[in-house]
This record gives sequence, C-alpha cells and structure tokens, in this order.
Amino acid sequence: MSTSPPTSVSYREALTQAMREELQRDPNVFLMGEDIGLFEGSFKVTRGLLNEFGPTRLVDTPISEAGFVGLGIGAAMSGLRPVIELMTVNFSIVAMDQIVNNAAKVRYMFGGQVSVPMVIRMPGGAGHQLGAQHSHSLEAWFTHIPGLKVACPSTPFDAKALLKTAIRDDDPVIFLESEGLYAKKGPIGGAEDLIPFGQGIIRREGTDCTIVAVSRMVWIALAAAELLAKEGIHCEVIDPRTTRPLDLEMIATSVRKTNHCVAVDEGWPECGLAANIAAHVYEQCFDWLDAPVGRVNAADVPMPYAHDLEQAALPRADDVAQAVRATLARRER
Amino acid sequence: MTESATAHSPTPGPASIDASTMRQMYEKMHLIRTFEERAAEQYMRGNIGGFLHLAIGEEAAVVGAVTALRPTDPITSTYREHGQALARGSDPNAVMAELFGRTTGVCNGRGGSMHLMDRAHALYGGYGIVGGSIPLAVGLGFAISYRQEDGVVMVMFGDGATNQGVLSESMNMAKLWHLPVIFFCLNNQYGMGTAITRAASDTELFTRAQAFDMPSRRIDGMDVMAVYSAVSDAAEYARSAHEPSMIEALAYRYRGHSMSDPDNTRPEEEKARWRARDPLITFERVLLGDAIASADELEQLRAANVTRVDEAVAFADGSPQVPISALADNVYAHPWSTNPRGGATMPSADQ
Repeated sequence: MSTSPPTSVSYREALTQAMREELQRDPNVFLMGEDIGLFEGSFKVTRGLLNEFGPTRLVDTPISEAGFVGLGIGAAMSGLRPVIELMTVNFSIVAMDQIVNNAAKVRYMFGGQVSVPMVIRMPGGAGHQLGAQHSHSLEAWFTHIPGLKVACPSTPFDAKALLKTAIRDDDPVIFLESEGLYAKKGPIGGAEDLIPFGQGIIRREGTDCTIVAVSRMVWIALAAAELLAKEGIHCEVIDPRTTRPLDLEMIATSVRKTNHCVAVDEGWPECGLAANIAAHVYEQCFDWLDAPVGRVNAADVPMPYAHDLEQAALPRADDVAQAVRATLARRER
Repeated sequence: MTESATAHSPTPGPASIDASTMRQMYEKMHLIRTFEERAAEQYMRGNIGGFLHLAIGEEAAVVGAVTALRPTDPITSTYREHGQALARGSDPNAVMAELFGRTTGVCNGRGGSMHLMDRAHALYGGYGIVGGSIPLAVGLGFAISYRQEDGVVMVMFGDGATNQGVLSESMNMAKLWHLPVIFFCLNNQYGMGTAITRAASDTELFTRAQAFDMPSRRIDGMDVMAVYSAVSDAAEYARSAHEPSMIEALAYRYRGHSMSDPDNTRPEEEKARWRARDPLITFERVLLGDAIASADELEQLRAANVTRVDEAVAFADGSPQVPISALADNVYAHPWSTNPRGGATMPSADQ
C-alpha cells in the first residue's frame, strides 16, 4: 500500500482500490458478478483483481441475477462478506425479491439471529442513449426499504471511502454507482479513510438556497450553482452521500440558514428521492421556509432513445438553476 | 399422481440405522402431528394469527430427511416448517410461543409460523415467498465450500417452487460450482389449490435436475425409512464428492394449504387413498413388526408428546407479549434512529 495516495484517480479506479484493499484485509470478502473476473467487469471496475486474488475470491457468474444475489445473501448469513456486482442497476429489478424479501428482512424477522453483511454494487443512471430498460435511477426504490442501507457516491474520494465502509458494515448495503462518473478524477483517501454512513458533505457553501443532490446530480447542482453565482444567487450544495441513513441534520441546518430548498433527483418524480427530501424539509423546517421546496427530476416517462429526447428527459444544470430562480422568486412576490 | 409413479423410488438401501434412532424418528413424527393438531386448535381460538400452514401427512418426509443429516448441517425451509424445527430439536415451547407471537418465541415473536429460525440448531429459516429461499441455501453451501468445511446444506421446498425460475438458477450454480447442497422437493402435489397436473408440464419433478447434469431420484415420502435412506445417500455424496443432488419425496398434506383453505376441491377418494398410507401408522407397524418397540413403549411415547405439547401451549399462552418499545429492534445491526415512525433517517448523536 502506498502511504501517500495519488492525488488524481478515477472514480472507477477508486472503487477498484477499495475492493483490492478490503480483499487483502479480510479473507471473508469475495466478489461475485457477471463478467467481473476474466472480462474485468462491464465497466472495468474489477480490472486486475482476478489475477491478484484468483477465482475463489472473484467469481464469474451465469446471467442469473436473482440466483447469485440470493446466493450472496446466504453466504453473508453464514458470515462471509460478499460484494456482489450487478452489471447495472437495471438488472437489480430481476433480483428485487431477493433484495427486498431476504436481504432486508432476515435479520428482523428472525429476531436478530443472523446478519447480512453484504454489498450489492451497481451502476445506474442515464445519458448514454441506452433506452428505456437500461437507464434507471432506483435510489428511491432502495431507500424505501427498512433493513437496507443505500450509498450513492459522487466523487472518487467518496466512492473509495464509502465502499470500504459498506464492505465492513454488518448490514446489507446497496451501493449505487453512476455510469456517468466512472471516468471522473479526483483525490482519494488511504486504506483507513472511511466515511460513516449518514454523514453528508457541503459541496459548496451559500446563503440563498439549499440544493440537495446525490451521485451525478451533485455535479449538475454544482454547475447550476456556478450559473446562479453569476446572477448573484449563492447556493449551498449538499451531498448527503447516503440516502439511507440520510443526513437530515445537515440538510435542515442549511435550509434554516437559506430558507429555500431545491431537491435534485435523476429518478422519476412520483414518490421519488426529491419528494422524500422535500417531505423531510417540510417536517423539519416549515417555519423557516420562505417558499415551497422545489423539485427537479427526470421526466415522468420511460427513457427515450433519441439523443435530444433523452437529454430533455434528464435533469440539467439549467433546469436546476431555473428551479432555484422560481423558488427564490416566491420571496420577492 | 398415480401410485405407479412411486415405482421410480429405489428400494431403500440397507438401513444403517439403530433401533433408538428409529424410535426417535417415530417420536418426532408423532410430536409434529400432535403439535400441528394443537396449533390448528389454537388458531381457531384466535391465539395464533396470520397464516398457519400445517404439515400433517408430511411427517415422514420431514423427519426422515432431517434425521439423516448431522445436527450442524444447515437446513432452509418454506413457510410450512414447524416440523423441520421440531425434528431439528427446537424447543416446542419456543416454537409454539413464536406462533403465538410472544417474546419467548424462537424469533422473539418477529417471525411467526412462516418464519421460524433456530440458528443454534442450524435451521436457517422458513421463508414466505415460494422458491425464494433456494438461492440462500446455495449461498450457505457456497460458504461451506469457500471455507473448505464438510457440511451439507439441505434446502426443502415444495412442488410449487419447481415452477419458479430461481430454482433453475440455483441448481445450475450449485452444480457449476460443485456445492454440497441437497435439493429436497417435498412434493405434496398441490401448489395451494392447484394440482400439480395443472401446473407442471412434466410432473416427474426429479427430472428437473437432469437439465443440470445433477443426480436425482423420486422416493416415497410417506415412508420415513425410504426418506432417511435417500437423504443419507445424498448427504454422503455431497460430503465426499462435493456435488449437489435432488430428491423428490412424494407425499400428501391432509389439510388444506393453510387454515383459511376450506380444502373442498381435492377429490375425497384421493384424500382417502393417501390417508390409508398414513406415515405414522405404517411406521408403527414396522416398529412393532420388527420388534423395535413395543406397543406399550409407543403408547408411553405418544402420551409424553401430548403432555409436551400441552406444556408448549401453556408456556406460549403464559408468555409475555412483545413490548411495543421493541418494535424497531434488529432492523439493523447498528441502528441510527429510535424513531421508526418518523422515517428512520435522523442520525443519532453518536454518529
């Protein structure tokens, strides 16, 4: 292990490093998924690991998502620490019975007799013209489920640190990566730089409006904040980093300062992540709000293939900036 | 399902089983029957809520299979699993208390009839989604293989689960990775109210394993010795060859799917025909005929079971309700909120 980690590493390589270090640290950790070994992963997140750790600890699976997610749960129940890769979040839908009915529930319904210390990694998000069935953002689905924890890193540093926290956690963690962020570079931490779940981070300080976003939407929010700064509007951008647990204290503290809030979410609007954050903000900050909480979501349609249509369906910096302007406009009326 | 179908069952091998184990098996079978009958009665009295699925008629399949394994070999089951727990040695008091939803239950009242787990007896749970537990069992087998231990996992499921895709996925992985798993299909010939002839294109369910190059056989699930013998063979195969196999045990449940099923669609003639092969009565004949036990001994054993189940009911009835303050216990290993109704999202001070 290098004592001084490189200053600029991709989100992809940050994840690889997290898994490499945890595989070295704990013999109970193993990786399993479709094409993660010989093929080194659809997004090359497991590059080099098969050579390093061998086929016992890096298991290529058949295309049986429900089967190998369920297998991971059983292995975790007997004390191993599986890190299951689903090729994309879209295939988690096939495994949803295993995730919801088994991973999330066995500890509770069996009175605490077993733990499920497993991680299910999966990249999601849209923007690559992959069409309606390969473009999901399912943060809200997983965040809905008691028994799961949900992490959604937006930077290489967080990707590495949160994945290490996830692997060491004794509960099932849904680890949502973003296809659009794999090439993003930035600093990363060392082998023991972990981020506890439920601890958000202020990505940009501001006084006029709080923007809450996770994963790739953090970067959209930051771009919007940059646009708005030129107009004299100063946004505070909060990245909760995990949506379950959610750092509501950080969000509420910020909204009590700015008196305005816009929640950004790459998923659909109905019963979505932004809707949930808005509900919490209303409950915690009603007396501080000068305007209704704004929401920016993907369009309420299955994702279209055509390039311009897809771009129009996704939250863009302009959409976020406009939502902030609309929220602030209420103040001046 | 025809009687001739059981002709596939091989003659039970030379049973390397001693007389005391045979008496124990009869005792367990009778304990299960007694327990189930009392559970039905307690359900009718309103002491047991939700669903209650009884295994009356299936005692030979359950006891023969469970007894053939080592006590440390993990088992998973379906929602019809009181028998598996009792056969494994779970305390009848704790099992009945779980049905009553009391704090003294095996899962502290969080699971109920469908979700019994007793980790101390390597019973890894009863599961409510048909077929849903099968890959978990393969995962338990994977862990045994990963750690190079010599355990064997038995996953018990019904005929209905053979039409769930996850069984195929699980069998494929178990064979592909040489995992010590016994796929034990307790074919009671009905998926809830649907006869297997109306649900399966090929009702010889053991043939499903052939698609995965996995050995399989059909046995008479009403004959405890046949079941014991088949599972003993499968366990030996799993331990020595590190390979999975499948057993289809043909049996019959006397009651409807659950207590809420009036059971008015199955032919009376069919029910009578299977009841005539009652596993307790036929095994009693074997025990008496082979002088394994005397009639007096069996009578004493039955009386002791009745007393034991009486005690279990009294224990459950006298056990405390689960305190509401414990509602959110064990959602997580490391919880961060004490307010489940507020959305468990406000971090606590220690985080």
